[in-house]
Formats: sequence, structure tokens, C-alpha cells
Amino acid sequence: MKPTNIKDPEYFHKVIDCQYACPAHTPVPEYIRLIAQGRYDDAYMINWESNVFPGILGRTCDRPCEPACRRGRVEEEPVAICRLKRVAADNKEQEAIARRIPAKAAKKNGKRIALVGAGPASLTVARDLAPLGYELHIFDAQKAGGGFMRSQIPSFRLPEEVLDEEVGYIIGMGAVAQYDTYIESLKELLDKNYDAVFVGSGAPRGRDLKNLPGRQEADAQIHIGINWLSSVAFEHTSSIGKRVIVLGGGNTAMDCCRTARRLGGEEVKVLVRSPFADMKASPWEKEDALHEDIPIIDNHVPKEFVVEDGKLVGMRFEKVKAVYDEEGRRSLVPTGEDLAFYPCDTVLIAIGQENAFPWIEKDIGIVFDKWGMPQLDKDTFQSTNPKVFFGGDAAFGPENIITAVAQGHQAAISIDLFCRGEKVTKRPAPGTNLVSQKMGIHEWSYDNHVDDDLRYKVPLAEKKLALSDRKLEVELGFDVSTAYREAMRCLNCDVQTVFTDSRCIECDACVDICPTDCINFIANAEEEELRDSLRVPAQNLTQDLYVSDALKTGRVMVKDENVCLHCGLCAERCPTAAWDMQKFLYEVTKAAPL
Amino acid sequence: MTYIRPNFRHPELAANELGYVRKDYEGALSTLCAGCGHDSISAAIIQSCFELAIPPHQVAKISGIGCSSKTPTYFLGKSHGFNSVHGRMPSVATGANLANRDLVYIGVSGDGDSASIGLGQFAHVNRRNLNMLYIVENNGCYGLTKGQDSATADIGSASKKGTPNPYEPIDLCTMALQLGATFVGRSFSGDKEQLVPLIKAALSHRGFAFIDVISPCVTFNNNPKSTKGYEYVREHLAATGTVDFVPVRQEITADFAPGFSQEVTLHDGSVIHLHKQQEGIEVNDRDAALEAIRDHKAQGQILTGLLYVEPDDADFHELQGTVNTPLRDLDTMDLCPGSRALEAINSNLR
Repeated sequence: MKPTNIKDPEYFHKVIDCQYACPAHTPVPEYIRLIAQGRYDDAYMINWESNVFPGILGRTCDRPCEPACRRGRVEEEPVAICRLKRVAADNKEQEAIARRIPAKAAKKNGKRIALVGAGPASLTVARDLAPLGYELHIFDAQKAGGGFMRSQIPSFRLPEEVLDEEVGYIIGMGAVAQYDTYIESLKELLDKNYDAVFVGSGAPRGRDLKNLPGRQEADAQIHIGINWLSSVAFEHTSSIGKRVIVLGGGNTAMDCCRTARRLGGEEVKVLVRSPFADMKASPWEKEDALHEDIPIIDNHVPKEFVVEDGKLVGMRFEKVKAVYDEEGRRSLVPTGEDLAFYPCDTVLIAIGQENAFPWIEKDIGIVFDKWGMPQLDKDTFQSTNPKVFFGGDAAFGPENIITAVAQGHQAAISIDLFCRGEKVTKRPAPGTNLVSQKMGIHEWSYDNHVDDDLRYKVPLAEKKLALSDRKLEVELGFDVSTAYREAMRCLNCDVQTVFTDSRCIECDACVDICPTDCINFIANAEEEELRDSLRVPAQNLTQDLYVSDALKTGRVMVKDENVCLHCGLCAERCPTAAWDMQKFLYEVTKAAPL
Repeated sequence: MTYIRPNFRHPELAANELGYVRKDYEGALSTLCAGCGHDSISAAIIQSCFELAIPPHQVAKISGIGCSSKTPTYFLGKSHGFNSVHGRMPSVATGANLANRDLVYIGVSGDGDSASIGLGQFAHVNRRNLNMLYIVENNGCYGLTKGQDSATADIGSASKKGTPNPYEPIDLCTMALQLGATFVGRSFSGDKEQLVPLIKAALSHRGFAFIDVISPCVTFNNNPKSTKGYEYVREHLAATGTVDFVPVRQEITADFAPGFSQEVTLHDGSVIHLHKQQEGIEVNDRDAALEAIRDHKAQGQILTGLLYVEPDDADFHELQGTVNTPLRDLDTMDLCPGSRALEAINSNLR
């Protein structure tokens, strides 16, 4: 193999599994260390700079970082990254944060941007562009900002105050929000001479089961999940039938069933087509639903709404089993049993969302593909009308908040480049910094001790209380001392093992001390052969091999990054400082430095 | 800011036949200088005992004084240990071995401990063919007292202090061969591919197994003019061949080229397979081994690998006609048969 080019910022970035997996590439270990030190404001600001909504995401993020966490490969469970983020938000000093958030730009740059929708994507664009002096007009049909974060995420998961606070920071930076304003025509908006338009209108249409028998007759007792959640959030709905069936297996279905429990649903069931393990909902959301006595009945395909005397009395389902072909594709095959009947008086349909752009005219230069999605450049988010940019669920279909934020950052860069007359394809390089952590013998400026503790559980509000109050937050968050212990589980994967081959005397000290047998000195070969010939074969192909140049004996140093604990013992035992522990900070460049 | 070895190990590391993982054979974290060859030897011992599936509690580690003699703390933390007097490890090992012949004895010593203060003890433990593995961690200097030349330093070799050594060195392998050791090998701490099979074979050998391991002292004797530094040793290394050790439980599956390989079946039925790199080296011929060491030295080379093995010679217990059972397993009547038995012995002597 060729020597690893550690000057490529993506090499060490990839070693930081959590940060690499995060769509917004938030520097996770950096803020976890700050939490351990009790520096909550600093931890919050690192998050705020990167993901804009630390308090919201600390409760609701899909957490792609956690399955990626190295800790989960070394022991049973990853670091509770998401919960730690919330600790920073819960314990920060609000006034100090308000002082650190940029004030309104003193000088306007004369450019006007319209943003359609006040969800996470639009708000991110607004935040990134505000310090540059853009005049930003945000339009949203709801009566307050936040988009789906407000209308679909129930208050028992995300309290309104948290949402108001973090939306407020952005509006405070100078964006002008016009709520209760539904944009009916993009053409009209463009005619108002905006320099650019950002479309962050989400995926607002909930899928229905229009063709199922009984659907029309029982219409009064059947609701589309996202619409129903929204009407609960805005307090148009405050009750539900006693026996509720929720259709679907995603996070919206979980929010629907748990909300139904709080609005008076006594027998609430989730019925889902797929096997339990394949459900789209995050594992912890499924757990939360089960905890609230909501059975999840899998492998049931809805067949009929049963209506008697004009009233919905139940549903019939076909039982199926999942069969996987050679390529792992799943098909749901009926078991041939009789249809199963489940009585109910209300049904919530939460089987997915679709994009809808009825307000975008077909003749204004925006090309849509055959699925009705705008044709976009995947890096710049620019549409075929150069003035119009997309982001969030409106760009490539329903994802999650953190993805919307990541896309918002990129769209903001594009809009700024476009307004300055530069090429939008000229993307800025990430900001990186690599600094030795050596302070003395046995002394590093990071806590290199590897803690043995297992993942801590977050305490929950008492179930009886939680089910009687729709707004009572269920998760109580870590207290400060638990947060400290959980933070100590972080392996500091951003503190990199940096190898300087010219200094190595091949004494094997690092090989002997490495607790997880990562380091090898062997004859070079092609990657596949090299992976097989290591002390412990490197079978995790998603993890790179760090390969040095040829050493004096002609061998090379090969380190399997997979389960490196970043404990620093290789550097500690190295007599020539060929190994050093260096902290790598990787920051996605934003439109404006914050 | 800690210097504690984490408790996590590679999750894919398998257990050995006894169900022990390698961690069960580890010891405390080393306090030797960073880069010390001795730590590699400790790692090789750990690896060997793990692979041989020796129950850790069946091992006794015995050492003298010196950097090398500190190392038993850093391996086999669940075994018996005795850190004895300077140069007197062989006596303690002999005593322990006589009391309990069922344990596996690993003696660790250094060039000072064995070639200077303990030379007399070293000579006699060879003669007795005591059933043990005796490792000398040979760095050519007294590391613990700041790097003075030891008795194994080559003529002209200079340590960090810079004065070339004027005295004739003691070659411990040569001595062991002359004094009756039945297994003699030499290796290098930086070559575990050679060292691990050699240690495994030595542990399986019945009788006195001696391995001289050149183990650079990074702090005092790893400079360009030293003949025991990493670079010098690597450049002047020659080997009798590569050693494959096949334990009793395993079948020999590899195909070996005839003529260039030699097989030695040990007393316990396991097999050492030597793939020779040079013709003419016979590992069951003391004189040939002595000659090979001398010839290589004359050419400025350090001959490593298995030098000599004689698996069937009687060991100390056999020579002494001792009882087969460890003393602790004998009952009072056997240990102390009473005045009538004493009377019988005495009357025989009249």
C-alpha cells in the first residue's frame, strides 16, 4: 500500500467516527471534553456553530453519530452523545450565550434573500448569512418558527421553550420572519427582485391509504399522522378515541401513538407491515413507545377499514412474513392465514411523507424529475434556476433535522458565492488544526485514561404523570455528575496517533504496549493481503489502515484504526517520539465565520 | 494524564484451549525505559504461554537483580514469582524445582546477573540439566546502574559514555553448550517471529533450556558504536533457520523441503521443525554449534536461532532419582517415615 497521506484532512476526520458520521460534522469529542470540564457554554457554542440547534438536537436528533461511535465496537454501547449535547444546553448560562451570539450585522450588504419555510434548513441559511449583512425574509405558513420541529415533534419530547429559545437566537440576528404567510407562488416571490431564494419548505404531505376499502366512509375517524400531530401542537385537537390504531413504523408513528396515549387513548396499538427489527423508527423511540404500554404489532399489512352503521369499528390486516432474496432485498409474503381483525375507533396513518411543490410554477426554469423532485446539484443545492436553492426535506426528500442543517450550511455558502458573482462550485476547504498534546512524561493535555463504565441510562419522568400531561418532558436529561461520568466514556478519537517514520527505531515498544493490538511492523503488501496479515486481521473494511513509508528494515508500520482506544500508550512508550498524540480539529467552513 | 493500561482488548482476539485470553497472561505495566528490548521479551513470553495454553498458576517466574530481573512483574501476573538475590536465581530455581517438579519454571536474568555476579551459579545449573527455561536478557551493559559495560560487551563496542570496551566478552551460549545445557538458542528482542517459537520449544523441552536474547538498552547502549543496539544487531543478524514449533496436540500439516529441514521430537511429543537457512548446521551436535557460533562471530555476525537441542538426556530429577510427586502432595508418612525407617537406613551404613 502507499503511505497514508495524513495531510488529507479527510483521513483523520474519518478516524473521528462520530464527527464523520454526523451530516454537519460537529466536533463531538471536543465538546464532550468541555462538558466533562463543566464548560457548558463553550460546549454549547461549539454545537451552535456547527449544528445550530444544540438544545433541540440534544433531544430529538436521529444520532447517526452513536451507531458510528468507536466505543460501540470496543464494548457494548456507544457514548450517549446526544444526551451529552443536551447537558450542554441544559446547563449553559443563557445570558452568556446570548452575549456570544453575533449581533445584527452593523452594515447591510445590500442583498436580499427570501427563505420559504422556517424549518431547520431555512433557519440555518438565515443564521449563516445574517452576519454578512444580507437582508433575510423568512416566510412560513405556521404561526411560529421551527417548521416540522414545532408541528410534528411532540412537546413531551421537545419543550416549546427550548424551540422558542433556539429559533429566537437566529431571528435575533436580524432575519425578518413573516409567519402565517403561505407562499402560493414562487414566481411572484421571484418577481419581488430577491437576489436569491432558498426553498426549505420540507416534505409536507403525509401519505394516505386512499384505495383501502372503507377509507372514505370512515374519514371522520381517520387522520393523517403529521397533520394530526400539527393540530395537536397548535391546540386545535385535544382529544382522541379510546381505541387507537397507528399505522406505520417510523418515528412519526411513534410520536403519534405516544401523543394518542396522552390525549385519552387507552388502547393504542401500532401496526406495521415490516418486521419489528426493520422498522424505520429509531430503536430508542420504539423503546419509549413500548415503555408507555403501546404494543407494536409487526408483519401486518392493512387491508380494510371496517365500518358498521357509518362508524369505524376496526381494521383488517393480512399477516405476512419477510423473505429476503440473495441480494438482501425484502419482500413481504402473505402467510395465508385469515385476515386479522383489530377493533378501534380512530386510525392515525403515519406511513411516510412526500414532497409537494404545488406553489412552484413549471415555467420559471426549475426542472423537476419524474418523482416530482427538483433537479439539484448535490454539493451546491442550486436548482436549474440559478437564483433558487433548495435544502432540507425539500431538497432530496424526507431526512432529519441534522441533515437539514448540514444542507443549510452548504446552501448558504452557495447563496453567498452566487450573490458575490463567484462560482458556486468553488467550495471552501474545511478548517483543520493538528496540535501535539504532549505536556511532559506521562502527561497529556487530554484525559487519556480509558474508563470502564457502561453507558448510563437517562432518567425518565414518572409514567403516570407523563401520560397525563402532553407537555411534560419525558426524558429528564443527565444530571451534571452522571454527565461527567458518561463524558469520561468518550475515547477522544480526535486525539490522533501521528507516526513519524524517520524517527522510528523499530523497537516494538508500541506493538507490545498497545492494548488492542492495532500496531504492526510488517512487510508491505496490497491492502487485502495486508489486512489479513496483521496481528489481529483487520476485518472491518469501513476502517482505514494507517500505513507508513518504508522503515530502515524495509518493513512498514501498519495501524488498524478500527479499535484504537486513543489511550496514548504507544506515544508514551515510544523512546524516540515517533508516535505523538495530536488533537485534530476539523470544522466545516460556514458562509460567515461565527 | 494517566499511565494505566486500559482494560479493553481487541474484541476479536480468541481464547486459547483453556479458555484463557491473552490478557490473562499479562502482568503489571512496565516501568522500564520506553523502548527497552526487555518489554518485547516479556511480550514474547506472554504470547508463548498463551499459545501453549499453559495454566498461569502452573508457572513459577524466578529472577535475580537488574532491569531484566524486574520484568517478571510485567508478565504472567497470575503466576508464582520469586525475585531473588543478585546472581542467585539458579539456586532458588533449583530449590523450587526440587520441591515441586510439576510447575513450569521460567528464570529471567541479565548479562550482569548471569555473566558477572552469578557466573558460578549459571555454570552449575547448566551442569545439572535442571528442567527450566533460562532467559538472559542481554544488553551488554548495566542499565540499572547507568550503563557501565557488562561482561558480555564485545571488544571495541562503546556504550553511550563512548569508551570502547577492552575486555574479552563472555559468550553465554558457548558456555551453556560447554557446560551441558540440553537446549541452547539465541535470539533478538526485536524479532518475535523467531523468539516466540523458540520460547515455546524451550518451554516444552525437558531439561535445561537456555536462550540468550539480545535486548538493546535504549537509554545507555543503543548508539552507533554499540554492538548491542537495534540497528547494529539487525544489520549483523544471521540465523540457523526459522523454527516452527508444533505442539503435541497438533498435527504437522506444512510441507517441508527435504535436506533443508530438520525435525526434533521433544520428550513430551511435540516437534521442533527447523527450516535451515544454511547447510551444515546440525542442531544435535554440540561441537558443530560451537563452531558455527565461532565462525559467525569471526565474520562479524551474530548467529541466532536454535543452536542445539538434545531432548532425551536425563534431567536433574532423573539424575538424582527424586520422587515423582511434588513434595506438597506427599503425606506425612512418606515425608517423615519415622524412627524405624531411620534405624534401617543407619544400620545399612554401619
